Amino acid sequence: MPLIFVGLGLERAGISVRGLEEARRADAVYAEFYTSIVPRLSVEELQQLIGKPVRVVDRKTVEENPDEILRRAKRERVVFLVPGDPMVATTHVDLRLRAHRMNIQTEIVHAGSILSAVAGAAGLQSYKFGASATIPFPDNPSSRPYEILVQNKQRGLHTLLLLDFRAEEERAMTANQAIEIMSGLERKHGKKVFLPETLAVVVARVGDPDARVRAAMIRELASQDFGDPPHSLVVPGALHFMEGEALKVFGGAPADVVDQLVR
Amino acid sequence: MRRYKHVEEIIKLMWKPERIRNIGIVAHVDHGKTTLTDSLVAASGIISFDLAGEQLFTDFLDIEQQRGITVQTAAVSLAHTYEGNEYLINLLDTPGHVDFSGDVTRALRAIDGVIVVMDAVEGIMPQTETVTRQALQERTKPVLFINKVDRLITELKLSPEEIQARFAKLITKFNELIRRFAPKDVAADWMVNVENGSVAFGSAKEKWAISIPQMKKKNISFKDIYQAYQEGRQAELAKLTPLYEVVLDMVIRHLPDPKAAQQKRVPVLWKGDIESEIGKAMLSADPNGKLCMVITDIVVDEQAGVISTGRIFSGTVEKGKAVKLLNAKQTSKIQQVSIYMGPDRVIVDKVPAGNIAALIGMKEAVVGETLMEEGVDAPGFEELRYISEPVVTVAIEPKNFQELPKLVDRLNKIAKEDPNIRVKINEETGEYLVSGMGEVHLEIVEYKLREAGLEVKTSEPIVVYRETVTKHAGPVEGKSPNRHNRFMISVEPLEPEVIKAIEDKRITDDQDRKERAALLRELGWDTHLARNVIAVVGPNVLINATKGVQFMRDVQDYIIEAFKNVVEEGPLMREPCRGLKVIIEDAMLHEDSVHRGPAQIIPAVRRPILACVLLGDPIVLEPLLKLEVKVPQEFMGGATKVIQGRRGRIIDMQTEEDIIVLQALLPVANSFGLAADLRSETEGRAIWATEFAKFEKLPPELQQQVIQNTRKRKGLKPEPPKPEEFMEK
Repeated sequence: MPLIFVGLGLERAGISVRGLEEARRADAVYAEFYTSIVPRLSVEELQQLIGKPVRVVDRKTVEENPDEILRRAKRERVVFLVPGDPMVATTHVDLRLRAHRMNIQTEIVHAGSILSAVAGAAGLQSYKFGASATIPFPDNPSSRPYEILVQNKQRGLHTLLLLDFRAEEERAMTANQAIEIMSGLERKHGKKVFLPETLAVVVARVGDPDARVRAAMIRELASQDFGDPPHSLVVPGALHFMEGEALKVFGGAPADVVDQLVR
Repeated sequence: MRRYKHVEEIIKLMWKPERIRNIGIVAHVDHGKTTLTDSLVAASGIISFDLAGEQLFTDFLDIEQQRGITVQTAAVSLAHTYEGNEYLINLLDTPGHVDFSGDVTRALRAIDGVIVVMDAVEGIMPQTETVTRQALQERTKPVLFINKVDRLITELKLSPEEIQARFAKLITKFNELIRRFAPKDVAADWMVNVENGSVAFGSAKEKWAISIPQMKKKNISFKDIYQAYQEGRQAELAKLTPLYEVVLDMVIRHLPDPKAAQQKRVPVLWKGDIESEIGKAMLSADPNGKLCMVITDIVVDEQAGVISTGRIFSGTVEKGKAVKLLNAKQTSKIQQVSIYMGPDRVIVDKVPAGNIAALIGMKEAVVGETLMEEGVDAPGFEELRYISEPVVTVAIEPKNFQELPKLVDRLNKIAKEDPNIRVKINEETGEYLVSGMGEVHLEIVEYKLREAGLEVKTSEPIVVYRETVTKHAGPVEGKSPNRHNRFMISVEPLEPEVIKAIEDKRITDDQDRKERAALLRELGWDTHLARNVIAVVGPNVLINATKGVQFMRDVQDYIIEAFKNVVEEGPLMREPCRGLKVIIEDAMLHEDSVHRGPAQIIPAVRRPILACVLLGDPIVLEPLLKLEVKVPQEFMGGATKVIQGRRGRIIDMQTEEDIIVLQALLPVANSFGLAADLRSETEGRAIWATEFAKFEKLPPELQQQVIQNTRKRKGLKPEPPKPEEFMEK
């Protein structure tokens, strides 16, 4: 019997029609909400929509004791609901490989992902992004996001910075915290890629009707309130003139700052 | 009013370094250190002359009175006239019992010279040797006082010639210690000799002493002393040739003043730049330089709070001055400055370099902390070294459970005052576990708690064992819970010579990498491994032998954390590990840092180390004590019976006149209650002392039993885990 990974997309109605059908057909439905936040989605509503109970599992269960899910999938149709696109931001490939080793067939039902949605919402072209990185909370410090930004900048590429989220501690990083951490790394390494006058884009609750896109200098973004999480941060590289136009129109970016980057 | 005059005198002298001596008195237990201290203090007018000898002045705690041994390090400042000049002698009282040798080492940092007190009857005892050795290693110059000469005359009824022969023998033995343990450049110079007066003899109890310079000065001979005893006039000796005069003259003549001492000792004790401004100020003990002070003792006082005592190496301490606490990385303001007068502190305005001062307001300071004046950018003094490590634990709980918070509070205070005490909570049973250096050491803790009005129950003393491996194991693979990070780890026994180098502090955790690598290569290590040691915790080493693995630096702290975790609580029975060489052979890490945080990396490293230890034929090591017993021949049978009945091994037996000197190794596990046993079997005639000797493999027939008992006591299932439990499926 198959184990089907179904993406929940980026908002309460983000699951695909096929994904919903698979969930309705399944003998058991599991869901995790520790890799990301789906704005306005509630488990109750999800259960009503699917018409059967949804078992929410935490990180420990999936990572350390996935046997229960796998044993069930051996005998029955099991659907595993995952925020966003199931194999993207946080990869569940380990679970899929384990299933494969136990001769359990697997399928993926894709959905909207933050990786493509952020580019789209900001009006940036997806093939001009370099590597992305997650900014971790300061108790697990890393220079990696800054290094990635430096590498991408050198090549004129955009950088998507995802923000740390810890379901276990009910903590999600805001764009403001992310800016503070990156500014700290800038002071430490001094490569001049994240200065107060650098242009950046904050995308909050991307994919949701309540989404917000704001492009401005970091100095201005630092003090603004972007509302509920999830937030993400984009630092544009060189801009195509269409991208520049989009940042001004959809993100309210100041013309002079944007024009410096257009080439 | 005598006292105020006295304080005034001292304040004046504090500013003349050539007129200051910072000294300590060290001795084997009961060799007369406290009696000597009292006589010296009495002479300086703080307590009455007649009382000294009876009133054990420095033993303020009742318990010390009862036991007749000193526990805490206290300080006292004395004034003495020598060749027409007034001198200031800062005397730090160092503890004499072997269970507190950590206190001794600490105090040695604050002083420049020591008086070694030796009982003329008993001679050099194990602790005499230990404390003298410690003093010499810390570059503290010794003079020798041979005490209890009265007993040679009245009890042993030796002739003057026999007494002199005995002195000669004791001095030769003492110089042998200096030759062996003093820094090479000064060994010859530091040897004591009768002619120049660096040795004195006398009776601290009867308050007289004599030395060759004193004989010349007063025109008396040893025959006169002997005669006085024969005629029952020994009480006159205290006036004729007073103890304090002879001993303090000897101190002033032969022990260095702080300026001279710091010239030699600062470059050895301090690792900063000698050519810097602060370096120069310390070399010359400059009171006008920037402040640098080392805390060597901390007492938590109900009224005053934390009292930090220490040695000022440069500058002047005064109220309101802001200082950096280098280890704590904090800034603090000095609230009050005082000097010691016996058990009392006397508040003064300021104290200059070269002196001992007590400060209030250093809440974050621990013993060994360096205080540096704000604005000075220089390293602190070395961490204080300890020769011994805790080997005995007791579980303590309050009789009234509501007093638990109070108990915790007290224990933390005690641990702060005495860094050789470690307090830990057992997560499984909720007990408070207090570890120390011996049975007596822990009895003192119990006593201090009772004194604070706490009713406590303590368990029988528990031995602290060690876990180790006997063969190479691994590499074993470890994966993080999210499976995105992998490590290949192996463990093998650390070479005995490397363990020794770590215990001698020649190899340390915070050492310069190149220096450490060079030493390890000398000890036979491969260059790659020697260069890549990333942690030394206890006598255990962690090596990152990976080559070119991306992001290793980012996760290094978590790897070290996991390693510490295992070496502090091994898999067999959660006792500390000893002699593990843990090698990270290979690793693969996730690109994004949120997928390689501590929650992922720590288990991925910890589990394969645990598996390797269990695969490496692990065994239990037990601590052994070195026991020396001096006993008259007719009681030797009783003494050997006690030793052998306690799994002890006699390793040496010598005859000194009609006394047998037994050297034995005795498991700590079988040492509890030794005192009572020895006393009854030898009718109180044995003189004995113990100190920590080494760890040794527990006999095979006891391994299983000790593991099971220890696990049960800790609330674990009796069988240790299987390696498979920590391996990836």
